[in-house]
Amino acid sequence: MHIVVCIKQVPDSAQIRVHPVTNTIMRQGVPAIINPYDLFALEEALRLKDQHGGTVTVITMGPPQAEAALRKALSFGADDAILITDRAFAGADTLATSFALASAIRQIQKNMPVDMVFTGKQTIDGDTAQVGPGVAKRLDMQLLTYVSKVVSVKPDKAEIVVERRAEGGVQVLKTRLPCLVTVLDGNNQMRFANMPNMFRAARHPLKRWSREEAGIVDEDIAKIGLKGSPTVVSKVFAPTPKSERAEMIAVESGDPKDLAVTVLAKMFTRFPAVEKEIAKRAQ
Amino acid sequence: MSEKFDAIVVGAGPSGNAAAYTLAKSGLKVLQMERGEYAGSKNVQGAILYADALEKMIPDFRDDAPLERHIIEQRMWVMDDDSFVGTHYRSDGFNKEPFNRYTIIRAQFDKWFSAKVQEAGALVICETTVTDLLRDESNRVVGVQVDRDGGSIYADVVILADGVNSLLARKAGFHPELEPKNVALAVKEIHFMPQETLQERFNIGEEEGVVIELFGKITQGMMGTGFLYTNKESIAVGVGCMLSDFKEQKTTPYALLEQMKNHPSIKPLLAGGEMKEYTAHLIPEGGYKTIPKLYGDGWLIVGDSGMFVNAVHREGSNLAMTTGRIAAETVIDLVKEGKAMTAANLSIYRSRLDGSFVMKDLKKYQEMPEIFDANRQFFTIYPELVNRSAHHMLHVDGVDKKTKEREIFSSFRAKRSLFGLMGDAYKLWRAFR
Repeated sequence: MHIVVCIKQVPDSAQIRVHPVTNTIMRQGVPAIINPYDLFALEEALRLKDQHGGTVTVITMGPPQAEAALRKALSFGADDAILITDRAFAGADTLATSFALASAIRQIQKNMPVDMVFTGKQTIDGDTAQVGPGVAKRLDMQLLTYVSKVVSVKPDKAEIVVERRAEGGVQVLKTRLPCLVTVLDGNNQMRFANMPNMFRAARHPLKRWSREEAGIVDEDIAKIGLKGSPTVVSKVFAPTPKSERAEMIAVESGDPKDLAVTVLAKMFTRFPAVEKEIAKRAQ
Repeated sequence: MSEKFDAIVVGAGPSGNAAAYTLAKSGLKVLQMERGEYAGSKNVQGAILYADALEKMIPDFRDDAPLERHIIEQRMWVMDDDSFVGTHYRSDGFNKEPFNRYTIIRAQFDKWFSAKVQEAGALVICETTVTDLLRDESNRVVGVQVDRDGGSIYADVVILADGVNSLLARKAGFHPELEPKNVALAVKEIHFMPQETLQERFNIGEEEGVVIELFGKITQGMMGTGFLYTNKESIAVGVGCMLSDFKEQKTTPYALLEQMKNHPSIKPLLAGGEMKEYTAHLIPEGGYKTIPKLYGDGWLIVGDSGMFVNAVHREGSNLAMTTGRIAAETVIDLVKEGKAMTAANLSIYRSRLDGSFVMKDLKKYQEMPEIFDANRQFFTIYPELVNRSAHHMLHVDGVDKKTKEREIFSSFRAKRSLFGLMGDAYKLWRAFR
């Protein structure tokens, strides 16, 4: 069983800031992490490998420094890693990215058939959730999005059962392989790499694929990078933060007791149910 | 299938990087462990880079190291509440290459240094904490234990470069618990501003930089100093005092820094800047007398974990790099001679350090921490007296200069008495001799 996991290195959004004048994201000094949803995807893939054996290949498209993300994935237990990196890919939107990734996966398939492609439901920097479906479509794979749990995989029957979070409930879906799965932040937590895997990741001869090596021929050059990206960013702005209405409560006496009474009175007026509940419990 | 190396270096700060680089460059099989996310992620410094210590290992470091500005001017300010008396030394001699001192931003510099270590052939593993040392039946250190499964790793020698709060050295019993009176707690902020504004403000050119050392009442009677360094487009400003003083006075470091930044002589230098970084770190300032045992069977201690900081001259990273390099050279020589990493053989490290500027400088100032600790007037009364004298002399009000001199002298005598003044002069001489 061969699973390809698509990951992306993203700026840690918890630490990101928007430039006050240009409104662009200031990446300088912001640590780069693996997109958290992709980590769930990777862990899900590694668990399947633990159960059924097989190979997990991690790929990413990005600048040379994305190597760090791949090495990290290797340390968790991925078997191989490919960095798809070329200036020609710069400026890609989701359409161009899915074209490039699909092409690279086709190249991988030449050496070893791919049974499943796993990826996060979306990245935390773009938040589009379009690349996964785009890759599935181009590779003509079954598509399972928003998967919270892989229930079972039967390699001999080429069959997968997943739980998919949908509006109003959870769907249990079964489909045939090969398929592409986009993973939610489910109930799995990324494992803590063991030391032999840390050594293996540090020494792994990472593959770096240029556009040609990723199987993109000259005729298709208009389908990748900025040229292959119909998305136009017309305006970027930082929304003004909504201010919650706050009220200063003061009492003339300054006595904490009076203050407490005032606060409670205000609270009970706004939420009468709370008062009833307290009164009930007090009995 | 545990791994075996010639040497394991614990920590990827300046001392660890210097050791790992030197060892790997000589062809030894080196593993460097760092608990932070990347080399330098846990490191904090002012930061001034002294070229000499790095040059001895990487002579052409200037070609690609991320350097901010070379220092052409050094200011020393003795602070009163709203004034200072200062000396400045500025020289075009500092503008001649090769430059001697640079401001750096450690987050960038450490990444660069770590890349050099890896280029030299060392295996660097981050996000992994060494929890213990492995020993054989004769109690010789034979490797390290890390916080991951399958985490026993072996080596002929382990170099502890795990910093001021060396948990490893303490756990192994090489180093006593740090005492608050032997460590300073320093806090620092980086304020960004346009390059042109900064250069105008400090009267410097494109690549030139200024260092300001601050001393006196800014530390509120605590034993410590402040500093202000110019980076390319930012200013690093910080203050550090002994941890025991913070504890005793119940002053918080950030409040101290806040107050220092509001000093009328400092505030205009920072005006309009945007604060983007706040960091804090411990500095081992106990000096010569607090240096622990530095070697044993299968192990060596370098850098901050060995208390190698010259608090008087604000030198630390260069001592770290030098001790790291000398430790590595000791190991390399022993390997060449086919000798084992026994305590007796590794003792050359100590004797080489004794012969170097590292120990000589620390020895020179060995009395200083105690003298300053016992004589707080140097941080309070004297800066005040000196400042008020200057003010008195320069304030023209019809009083003749002779009378003013007399008044100034009697103000000194009133505060410290004749004996006190003489005693203080002697103490100061002893501290610096």
